[in-house]
Order: sequence, then structure tokens, then C-alpha cells
Amino acid sequence: MLRMTGIGKSFLGIRVLRGIDLSATAGEVHAVVGENGAGKSTLMKILAGVHQPDEGTVEIGGQIRSFAHPVEAQRAGVAIIYQEFNLLPERSVADNVFLGREPTRRGLVDRAAMDEATSRLLDELDEHSFGPRHLVKDLSVAQQQVVEIVKALSVDARIVVMDEPTAALAEHEVDLLYRLIRRLQGRGIAVLYISHRLREVFDLADRVTVLKDGAHVATVAATDVTTAGLVKMMVGRELDAYFPPRAEESAIGEVLLTVRNGGNGKLDGIDLDLRAGEIVGVAGLQGSGRSSLVKAVFGAEPFTRGEMTPTRPGSVRAGVAAGIGLVTEDRKAEGLALNQSVRDNALLVARAIGHRSRAAVSDLLERVKLAPPRQETEVKYLSGGNQQKVVLAKWLTVSPRVLLFDEPTRGVDVGAKAAIHDLMRELADSGTAILMISSELPELIGMSDRIIVLRDGRVAGHLPAGSAEESVMALAAADGVAA
Amino acid sequence: MIALVANPTRAVYAALIATLAIGWALVAFDGGTFTLNDLVGIQQRSAALGIVAVGQTLAILAGSLDLSVAYLISLVSLVAAETMAGQSSNILTAVVVALGVSALVGLVNGVVITKLKVHAFIATLGVALVIRGVLDHLYDGPAGRVPVDFQQLGYARIGPIPVAAILWAAVAAGVWFLLRRTRFGHRVYAVGGDVEVARLSGVRTDRVVIAAHVLCSLCAGVAGLLLASRLGAGAPTVGTDGGYDLESIAAVVLGGTALAGGRGGVAGTVGGVLLLAVLDSVFNQLEVNSFFKDVVRGVVIVVAVAVYARRTGRRAS
Repeated sequence: MLRMTGIGKSFLGIRVLRGIDLSATAGEVHAVVGENGAGKSTLMKILAGVHQPDEGTVEIGGQIRSFAHPVEAQRAGVAIIYQEFNLLPERSVADNVFLGREPTRRGLVDRAAMDEATSRLLDELDEHSFGPRHLVKDLSVAQQQVVEIVKALSVDARIVVMDEPTAALAEHEVDLLYRLIRRLQGRGIAVLYISHRLREVFDLADRVTVLKDGAHVATVAATDVTTAGLVKMMVGRELDAYFPPRAEESAIGEVLLTVRNGGNGKLDGIDLDLRAGEIVGVAGLQGSGRSSLVKAVFGAEPFTRGEMTPTRPGSVRAGVAAGIGLVTEDRKAEGLALNQSVRDNALLVARAIGHRSRAAVSDLLERVKLAPPRQETEVKYLSGGNQQKVVLAKWLTVSPRVLLFDEPTRGVDVGAKAAIHDLMRELADSGTAILMISSELPELIGMSDRIIVLRDGRVAGHLPAGSAEESVMALAAADGVAA
Repeated sequence: MIALVANPTRAVYAALIATLAIGWALVAFDGGTFTLNDLVGIQQRSAALGIVAVGQTLAILAGSLDLSVAYLISLVSLVAAETMAGQSSNILTAVVVALGVSALVGLVNGVVITKLKVHAFIATLGVALVIRGVLDHLYDGPAGRVPVDFQQLGYARIGPIPVAAILWAAVAAGVWFLLRRTRFGHRVYAVGGDVEVARLSGVRTDRVVIAAHVLCSLCAGVAGLLLASRLGAGAPTVGTDGGYDLESIAAVVLGGTALAGGRGGVAGTVGGVLLLAVLDSVFNQLEVNSFFKDVVRGVVIVVAVAVYARRTGRRAS
């Protein structure tokens, strides 16, 4: 049904995919696994017509196709269900299912036909908890996922791609999703299933394709491989990257921040101590509560239970004043005022809390190695790496005691990455406590003095410095295998 | 109460009925009466604003907005009155030309917004300034003459109901139907709700925005014709004196349509326009200071939107 051959793709001269082969037959569930940055999403976006491949061919039902626009892929029978749903919250289920293809009768939208067709598909999926006229915003995440699936069925999709479909689901909802996928399979639809959670892969998939660093590693039958084997294929690589040396035992000082039994809507029973001079890594799958943890400590989405010292949880301002800084995952939306100059951004925090900056901006920019250190450039014109350095400079103006990093080097080039890593270690050595989230395991392991693994909003375990990638993955995914 | 607030359209009608009741009581207490005639007067006054606001609803639902309607109304009144030049035989030509000019202005608004990617606020403000420049250059007072036949539009009644009110009702019903029952209507909501979702579903989003602007301007054109028929001539300030640009946006928002687009509808807008008109009418009866009137209107609009925002905020959390 689907055959992708020799797919290659570069962005801005950086090769993100090369020579990828992927095929799927009718009624097959084919899992695509790999670490973050392995190229799974890019490959799926090529299939969906969002990106065009530089080389290679996409064959659907024996015909070679090239899609200039997502709608063309849709018409060819490819439906993709992104993590972020493509639904209009203010419109009804039926309106969403038929968006852009509303059936008409005598020139008018035939709402009865839309409702009826939607009801029928919902019945077929055994979904009776909502109907075609419910507004999407009133539905749960799992129900919205069903709407996406109904949408896929209504366009007669023959290939359905699901990108991390369980990331936002509760445990019991995952079982429902499994049943839905079985039904799609029963209708002869090929399902491409992207997930980090290997348990799901083994529960569902007939075959598994492993990608690593933009290349095809292997395609194997799910019955022919073990979890440990799969993990090895995904991460087994040389630790070639350079990381600064870890902290000496003696350099780790007093406790600067503690959380006892902290919890809120997304977290539960969190105990945490951050000491001066150490870098603590936080590992976990998407949806495990990693970002919630740093936001709770920072005070942006505070703990509602438990205790935290030194600051009262609940106020970003109090946190910043007490010397807690956050380098967010999404620097463009949350970390920087893109239309303002480097200088204004660097002074953002200092000005906000009325802190007289001790260091001149030019010294700070030199310290974070911004190149070139032009203060008047608008931040939006900088590269990802330089933007991240400006975010760092912003916090350095107030000399934070605790600095939280959410994906410190996402979207940052290799050179800047090393500079940021050096800077993080330098900060730790000068007595700052650092908590760092990273989905890049080599970074997490290379940088951390110890690692906390989160799963489902709780601490699943602690690992020492230099643990193997396999043990982190196993703990995070709860597959109970240590490699 | 909660059920009422949960739906902005219902909320605005509840507020309308409450205002009518309280207004009636206040006026009665003041020694006056609030009669059917006053209600009809309300219709008469609100017709022009109502028609503009219905058009504005389309633009706002599509995620845009139109600040050029006030100057366009003035322009249309002049174009129509000059083309008619007092002759009944010219009425049809004048209406066609006036609406043609309106559609063209709408087309320019839509194209500038979608193809040149200028934000609607700036694009329509720019077009408004262009029209103002033309008006200031060509006219320094009323011009043209509207024949008596055409003045019927502004003043005649069928039974107790003014023709203007019927025209307003027809425009509102037409746009309501368009939004509810046609593909175009569904796509207006989609584009205003989320352009990217609409695009990925195969909606030609630019066309939808352009069409919404053409229709919005056509509504303004109809309002311009109505005002010309009332005045008996065209006037370069009739649109701006009425404040139709900001007032129409206020009425739409008061009616529960989200300024960001994608949520709301004509029914709410009609309620919003009527609420503003009833407030006006009650204050007139009570002979309240006109500055105080503006203060109350301002407070009502802000409070209404704050109430809707609260409700949306709760949903989101």
C-alpha cells in the first residue's frame, strides 16, 4: 500500500534524512521509533505533503506520488493525526469532520447528512459518549482524538499516521485507543505508529522501523526483537560529543532548594533537593511531567500541595527575587521579546524586579560568548544558539542561585551547544544549583551529576552520573528491562 | 444566571429584555411613557448601524475587521445622491453604482490583507484614509439630490414597521442564512477559528477573507444608501458623524462575537445593536446628559466583554 524509497531531506544545508526506506501493507500497524531528532517527524511530514523530499519516491497503491500541499496527500488517502490536534474548538464535531468538504444539497450545506455520516462513523468506532453536534472544546483529549480518527475515516484514508498518540492520554484512555487502532486495522488501513513508549510498540505493531540520526537502522518484525534490542538499535552510538567535566564530590555544597511531597494537577509526591554546584538532570517521556516540574519550581504553574523552600510556591516574582531562573523550552514564545534588541532582552529580568544589574551588558554578552556581540540587533534575527545565549544573559544579570533549564540546547547548532554546556558547568562551579531537562540522552547523561527519572508525574527513580542510556530509557518507559 | 452567561447570545438578549424593563420602569417613574412608537423609533435609529454591524460580523468572524466602513458610508451616500440627481429614473443606476463602489472597496481591503499580508487594522485604516482624502478633496458639504421616491426607503412604513427596519431584518436574515447554511459560512468560522487548521483542511483561506470583506463593504454600502435617502442628499461626514466604524465593532463584540474571530454570529450582533439603541432611547426619554450616556455605553461594552472572557477563561482551565 505504501512504499517510501530512498527518502532524503535537508534543511538549510543540514541533512536531516538520508536514504530512508519505509513500507506498510494494508491492515498493518507499523511502528516508527527513534530518539528525538532521529527524523521520525520529518519523514511523516514528507508523507503528509507538508515537506517535499529532496530525493527518493513515495508510492501509494503502486503509484508514485508527489505532494505539493497537505491537501493533495489527504486526497491520496493519507491522514496524519498530530500531537497537536487540527480541530476547531468552537465548532461542532460534524463541522470539524467535514471541514473544507461540506456535503451540499441544492447548494446549501446538508447538515443532516453531515450529522448522519458522523454518527455512523462514531457508531462504527463504538463511541457513544458524544455526538456530532457537541462542540469540540467540550470534549476530552481522548474524545478529540476520536474526532481526528473519524475525520480520517471520512476522507477514506488508507494510511493513517499517528504521532505520539498516547502522550496526552490517561491510562484507561490508552486501552480505548488500542481498540480504535485494531478497528482501523480491521478495515484494511495501514497505521504508522510513532511512539517513544516501547511497550505500546510491542502491544500494537506488526513491524518496527528504527531511525537514528536521520538514517534507517533496521526494519524488523515485532516478534523478532526484544525491548533491549530495540533500545540498543535506537541509542547505540559512540558518545562522541564533548562535555565539560563533572563536578568534584567536594565541590557540591549546601542545599539551595527543597521540595517535599510537592504536587499539583500534573505532579504528585515530588521530593527534590538541589545543591550548590551540581547539575541535576531530569529524564522522562513526553507527558511525564518534566516541564511541569520546572514550571512548578519556578512558580509559573505552582505546586498546590506539599512544601517548598526557600520560596513560597505560587509566585514567579517571589521566585525570581529569591534567585530562581528558568530557561524555557520555547524561547521564542516564553523566553524572549523577539522584536526587541539584545540589550533590552538581556535586561528584561533585571528591570522587571528592579534589580540594579551588577555587570554591564557588554560584559555579560562576552561571558555568554555571543557572537557578534551587537547589543542593538533585534533578537529575532539571531540564530537559535545566539538567542539561547541571550536568554542566559538575561538570567545572569540577577546572578540566580537556582537555574532551571528546559531543553537547553534544542534547535541550537553544535558550536553554540558546546558553549552553552561550558557555561552551565561554569555556573555550577561558581555555586549555582542547576536542574536540567533534556530529551537528548547523550546531553542528559554527559552533563548531569545525577539524574531524576519522571514517569506519569511522579519520580520513578534516581540514577547516578554516567548511567547508560538504556537504563534511563527503561526506567522512563517502565518496561522493566535494564540493559 | 449561569446558564444565561454561558451563552453570549442569550446573555445579550437577557440584558436587552432587562434594559427594556428597567428602562420602561424608570421612564414611567419619571412620569413619561414608553410606547410602541418609541420601540419603532428604536428600530428606525438602529437600522443603519444594524446593517453595518451585520457586515462587520462577517469580517470579524473571519478573523479580520473593517475600519473603513464609516468613510465608505459617506462616499456611497455622495455617489448615490449625485448619480440620482433628483431623478427617480436614475435610482436603479445609482444603487448599482453605489454597491459597485462598495464591493470594490471591500475587494481592495481583502486583497491588501490576504495578498500583501497587511494586518486588517492597518489595511482598512489605510483604505479609510484614502477615502477620506478623496472626500475632503472633492466635497466640502452635502451634495447631490435624492428623489422623493427614494426617500421612502428612509421614512416609509408598512403598517407600524419602518421600511428601514425591514431592510435591516432582511440583511441580517440573509447573512445569518449564509453563515449557517452555506459552505462559505462554515469556512468563515473555520478561517477565523484557526487559519492553519482551515488551510490544512483544504480551505482556500484567502478567498474566504476577501469574500467576507466584499460582503462587509456591501453592507456598509446599503447603510450609505439608507442614510442618503434619509438626508435627501449625500454628505461627506454622515458616516463618521455616526461613528459607524467603532460603533459597529462595539455592537458585534457586545453581541458575543470574539474579536479574534471564529466564534459568535449575527443573532448576537442584532441583540448588541438593539441593546445600544434601547439604552440610547431610555436616556433620551429621561433627558440624561449625553456625556453620561457615553460613559454608560462604554461601561456596558467593557463589562459585557469581561463577562464573556471570564466564561471562556473558566472553560480553558
